[in-house]
Amino acid sequence: MNIVVCVKHVPDAGADRRFEADHTVDRVDVDGLLSELDEYAVEQALRIKESRDGDDAVVIALTVGPEQAVDAVRKALQMGADKAVHVLDDAVAGSDAIATSLVLAKAVEKLGPVDLVVGGLASTDAGMSVLPSMLAERLGLPQLTGASSVEASGGALRIERDTDTATEVVSATLPLVLSVTDRSGEARYPSFKGIMAAKKKPLDTWSLADIGVEADQVGLSAAWSTVTETVARPPRTAGEIVTDEDGSGAAALAEFLTAEKFI
Amino acid sequence: MSEVLVLIDHVAGSVRKPTFELLTIAKRLGSPSAVFIGSPEHVEGVVEQVREYGADKLYPIDDAGLRDYLVAPKAEALQQLAAGRDVAAILLPSSAENKEIAGRLAVKLQSGLITDAVDVAADGTTTQSVFAGGYSVTARVTKGTPIITVKPNSAAPEASPGSGIIEHVDVTISEGAKTAVVEKREPRQSTGRPELTEAAIVVSGGRGTNGDFAEVERLADALGAAVGASRAAVDSGWIPYAFQVGQTGKTVSPRLYVANGISGAIQHRAGMQTSKTIVAVNKDAEAPIFAIADFGVVGDLDTVLPALTAEVARRKG
Ligand SMILES: Cc1cc2nc3c(=O)[nH]c(=O)nc-3n(C[C@H](O)[C@H](O)[C@H](O)COP(=O)(O)OP(=O)(O)OC[C@H]3O[C@@H](n4cnc5c(N)ncnc54)[C@H](O)[C@@H]3O)c2cc1C
Repeated sequence: MNIVVCVKHVPDAGADRRFEADHTVDRVDVDGLLSELDEYAVEQALRIKESRDGDDAVVIALTVGPEQAVDAVRKALQMGADKAVHVLDDAVAGSDAIATSLVLAKAVEKLGPVDLVVGGLASTDAGMSVLPSMLAERLGLPQLTGASSVEASGGALRIERDTDTATEVVSATLPLVLSVTDRSGEARYPSFKGIMAAKKKPLDTWSLADIGVEADQVGLSAAWSTVTETVARPPRTAGEIVTDEDGSGAAALAEFLTAEKFI
Repeated sequence: MSEVLVLIDHVAGSVRKPTFELLTIAKRLGSPSAVFIGSPEHVEGVVEQVREYGADKLYPIDDAGLRDYLVAPKAEALQQLAAGRDVAAILLPSSAENKEIAGRLAVKLQSGLITDAVDVAADGTTTQSVFAGGYSVTARVTKGTPIITVKPNSAAPEASPGSGIIEHVDVTISEGAKTAVVEKREPRQSTGRPELTEAAIVVSGGRGTNGDFAEVERLADALGAAVGASRAAVDSGWIPYAFQVGQTGKTVSPRLYVANGISGAIQHRAGMQTSKTIVAVNKDAEAPIFAIADFGVVGDLDTVLPALTAEVARRKG
């Protein structure tokens, strides 16, 4: 069984995130890491592999991005993925989600036959939450998205998911695309052994040519939408802070809410 | 005039407010055509509701063959609807499911996609709030039919009746789109309070409530607010996940956000930082939430919350 887990390298949300002059996210001069929400995808990929003892399931971590993005698949290898692929090509810079989904789909096809493609709920930078469904569309596979729990049985998966209005149980047979939330199960930390073992695991770097994507299908100039302006908002600043003494806090807050016309 | 397709967000034929906001936005771009994916028995009621806010057309699509499968059939239906019509843009309320429909549709229609817009101008330029509200981004689709998902509260719904002509369309859903099967669907119980993402005021509780959400709810009711929560409160089982605010919960942008016993972790702030006014009650003067609060009370919820609720009720008379 081949399980591909798609992971993204993102700027650290705790650090100063910013844009370049061409309005693309600065991915080079900032601290980056494996998107927190993709750790849950790696975790589920590993759990599904582990639930299939006897069959030699392989977990392949896949990323698209600049040089530093290799750290994202490295972390996945340290957590326990068996091998990794980094699609690295200057032409990719500035790609929109549509182009990224094309690159990922082509890479998955090259890895094929693949039984399961796993992704996180959203990236922590762009946060669009559209990649898994775009991949399902491109690969012609069923999508089980937004899983808060995952149950594998034979050649099928059953998930539970929460929508705005309901809790649903959804199932599909493999091959399929799965995306999971942070509720699906705590992601493991790489062990010392895992970190050492990761150094010897295969990590391939592919160019666009390797997966049959033309340079003019991706990148900023091929994007189907264009950003015209990025403006930093002034950071929020602390207002008045009072300390409650014998009910004075509630009174002061009520006074504030009245002055602001909320009462 | 070109049509602007607006996917209706509804619960059993009762149209939700974000749809009216989208119809108002659609009028800037062309002639609003509402798309109703639901039961035929609700069509008459729905057309009344959307016409009021400017829908010139209503395309009803019977969801009998769609509703038991995830996302893919709806994307196919919208693709078939858009094909062969002069469509200026396709607008969908930003929900997890609608963003996925939009993603598939973008691939199908070879069209650009913008998610989570907080405004759309007459020329199609969108505004988004990114990096937890740290940046405002303007963008536009440059290829195909712009597909835009729009967040709640992005426009004030304007009542201005449209022609409301019902036009029936036939869609055929492929077998390939019926592969993710919904085996069970348990609707969430309504609380009778405003919808979290649409509310003007949100009153939230965190671990500091110690499990007592009744007090948070009382303040919410006094203010006419929706109730929200931190993940710590949800994980503790004090309140369902549907009420979680933050990176992996709902993003809210109300006029007033009241954080009670919430420390202000970055993942929580990601979901509420764009609120107009933020107030916080926390017994720890060093809690990070105070750094973004317009007004803060350092104090114990056990005493501050009931006193505040009483004072709000008294002032409201
Ligand atoms: C991948 C990932 C995704 C996440 N997504 C989200 C998300 O979507 N939303 C979210 O909220 N969190 C999310 N988190 C969790 C987040 O990191 C925090 O752990 C969480 O927000 C903490 O919730 P809290 O503020 O209620 O609890 P705490 O951080 O424990 O804070 C409790 C606060 O209550 C105060 N307090 C205690 N008792 C009292 C009292 N009697 N009176 C007054 N104040 C009191 C304390 O001083 C403290 O500041 C996520 C984490 C991860 C790793």
